[in-house]
Amino acid sequence: MLEVKCFATLQDHTPEGGKIDYRPGLTVRDVLKMLDIPEEEVKVVFVNGEYKDLDTSLQDGDRLGLFPAVGGG
Amino acid sequence: MDKLIRINTKTNEVVVEDLSEEMSLLGGRALTSKIIRQEVPGNCHPLGASNKLVIATGMLSGTPLANSGRISVGAKSPLTGGIKEANSGGVFSQKMAKLGLRGLVLEDKPEEKTTKVIYINKDGVQIENMPELANLGTYETSNKLFEKYGSKVGILVIGPAGENLRLAASIQFTDPKGRPARAAGRGGLGAVMGSKGIKAIVIDDKDAPRVKIADTEAFKAAAKRWAEILQKHAVTGQGLPSFGTAILINIINEAGALPTKNFRFGRFEKAADVSGEKMAELIQKRGGVVAEGCHPGCIIRCSQAYVDENGEYITSGFEYETIWALGPNTLIDNLDELAQLDRLCDDLGLDTIETGNTIAVAMEAGVLSWGDGQAAIELLKRIYDPNDYLGRIIANGSAFTGEAFGIDRVPVVKRQALPAYDPRSVKGVGVTYATSPMGADHTAGYAVCQNILKVGGDINPLKKEGNIEVSKNLQIATAAIDATGFCLFVAFAVLDTEDAMDTIAKLLSARFGKTFTVDDIVNLGINTLKDELAFNKDAGFTKAQDQLPEFFSKEPLPPHNTVWDFSIDELQAAKVN
Repeated sequence: MLEVKCFATLQDHTPEGGKIDYRPGLTVRDVLKMLDIPEEEVKVVFVNGEYKDLDTSLQDGDRLGLFPAVGGG
Repeated sequence: MDKLIRINTKTNEVVVEDLSEEMSLLGGRALTSKIIRQEVPGNCHPLGASNKLVIATGMLSGTPLANSGRISVGAKSPLTGGIKEANSGGVFSQKMAKLGLRGLVLEDKPEEKTTKVIYINKDGVQIENMPELANLGTYETSNKLFEKYGSKVGILVIGPAGENLRLAASIQFTDPKGRPARAAGRGGLGAVMGSKGIKAIVIDDKDAPRVKIADTEAFKAAAKRWAEILQKHAVTGQGLPSFGTAILINIINEAGALPTKNFRFGRFEKAADVSGEKMAELIQKRGGVVAEGCHPGCIIRCSQAYVDENGEYITSGFEYETIWALGPNTLIDNLDELAQLDRLCDDLGLDTIETGNTIAVAMEAGVLSWGDGQAAIELLKRIYDPNDYLGRIIANGSAFTGEAFGIDRVPVVKRQALPAYDPRSVKGVGVTYATSPMGADHTAGYAVCQNILKVGGDINPLKKEGNIEVSKNLQIATAAIDATGFCLFVAFAVLDTEDAMDTIAKLLSARFGKTFTVDDIVNLGINTLKDELAFNKDAGFTKAQDQLPEFFSKEPLPPHNTVWDFSIDELQAAKVN
C-alpha cells in the first residue's frame, strides 16, 4: 500500500482513502498516470518527506506528497 | 526632489528636508538602515530619546507599478538590541510617496506620556494630543481616526502593547478596506513609537502631486513586462491568490519541517485542519473573501477576509506564519480560534510570530495547557490591562517570558523568536536565522525557496552543502528588494525569470533618470547589510550571537532526525564583509 496525498490545486486527484495498491517497480510517474495528474502540473514530489524526481521507484509503505508550485512565507 | 520630514516628539517641531543626493537614491530598508546607522548611537537605550523611528517608502512606491507599495519601518530594536527593519503592506506607503515624502523620522521623546496623532497632507503636518485614544485597540482607534479625517486616509497605528512599551509590540497599517491588519511586526518597533508618545500617523494624499517619473515611456514599458512576470509565474500568478500564504502548511508539514509543540516535531497530525486549503474552503462556504491585496496595485493578492460561521469578519492578513506560530507550535488546531488570536494580536498591536512562540513558552511553563485555544485567547486579553503582570510578561515576548518562568527551551536568535521552518530540516533558512542582523527572521533570506519549494534552485534542506552560500545571496537580494518597495513575494517570480532583475534595473533607471545596473541593485543590498552589521557591532554584538539555541544541536528532529550542525565560525561566511 502507498499513502498518497495531493495538495492545493491537485487535491481533487487524491485517491479514495488516500491510498493506492503497491506493486514492485512502481515509479512516481506511474502514480501520476494512475491518478490522471498531468506531469507539468506537479512541481514538488516528496517521498517520505524527501524531495524526489518522477523516475523514483517507490517501496511498499511509502508516503507520497504531490504539490503544484506553491510559495508564501 | 523627494523629502524627509523630521518630527521632534518632545517639542512638536517639524523640519522638512530635501533628501541629499546619496539619500535620494535610497528607499525602504536601505534608507531606514542608513539613517539609523548615521544618526542613532549603537549603544543607546532603544526606548530612550536617542533612538529614532524611521518610516520609509520604497524607491518605486507611489507609482502604478504592480506590487510596489510596501513600507519599511526601522529603529534600534528594543527586542533584539540591534538594528531593525520591519516591512509592511497597507495603503500608507503609496499615499506617502504621492505626497513626495520618502521618509518620516520620529526623534527625541516627551517627558510625560502623550497620545499624539500626527496628520500629514499636502499642506503640511499637524500634531494633536488625543488622550481619548489612550489604550484603545488598533481597530477602534482606526475607526475613530477615519471618522475624524475621512475614510480615504491611510493609518499607521499602535495598540496597547506599543503604548505600554512591550517588547513584542508591532506597528499596524490599514489595508484598502480600512482594517489595521497589516503589520510591521517584528522587533518591538511599536514600543519605540510608544516611547515617543505617538499613537498614530494619518496620511492623506488628497490632491497630492503624482510621483515624478524621469522617463515615463521607458517606465511604462518595463512596468508592463513586470506585471507579466508576476502573472506568468505559478506561485505569484496562481498559488498565492488561490490559497494565501497558508498554502505552505501542508508542504512544510510534508517536508517534515513544520515546528510542532515548541519545535519538538517536524510534523503536526492536525496540519490539514489549519491548512490554506481548509481556510479557502471555509471562507468560500461562509461568504468571506478568499483573495485580496494588502495595497492597491497588488496583483498577487495573498490576503483574505476570514469570517466566522455567521459570515462576520474576524481578521485578514491571516498568514502562514501566524497560523503556524499560534497553531501547530502550540497544538491549537482550530482555525476559528487561531483567527481570533490573530485578531487580538492585530488589535493589541503584537507581532504574531513572537506572540505564538511566547504562548508556547508559557505552555512549557504550565501557565496554560498545550492546545487550549480558549485559554490562549483569555491570556492575550489580559494584555489590554496595562497593570496585569502576566499580560506584561507575555507581551514582552518569548525570551523575556522564558526568563520569567525559568524555561530553557526558548527558540530565539538575538532574543527574537523563530519563524515557521524548523532550522534542522530547512538548513538554508536556519543559516539566515543565525546570521541576519535582524535576529531570527525568515524574510531576511528565504532559503525555503531552494530547500523546499524548488524555486530558484534545488539545495538539500537536510544537509549543509550549499546552504551558507544560498542564505548569503538571498540576504543580499532581499535587502535590495526591501529598498525598492516591492513585496518580497515578487522574489518567487524573479528567481525563476531570466530578465526579471534587468526589468527592475530598467524601472529604477526610468524612475530616477539615472542608470541602474543589476550590479547596482546587488550593491544596494550589500551596502544595506554593511550598515546593519556595523550598527550591531556598535551595539555590542559579536559572532557569539550568530547561533541557534543549544537544543537544536542536541535534539534530533523527527521525522528526518536531523540536528543543527553549523558552527559559529562556519556561519560567519554567510555575512557580507
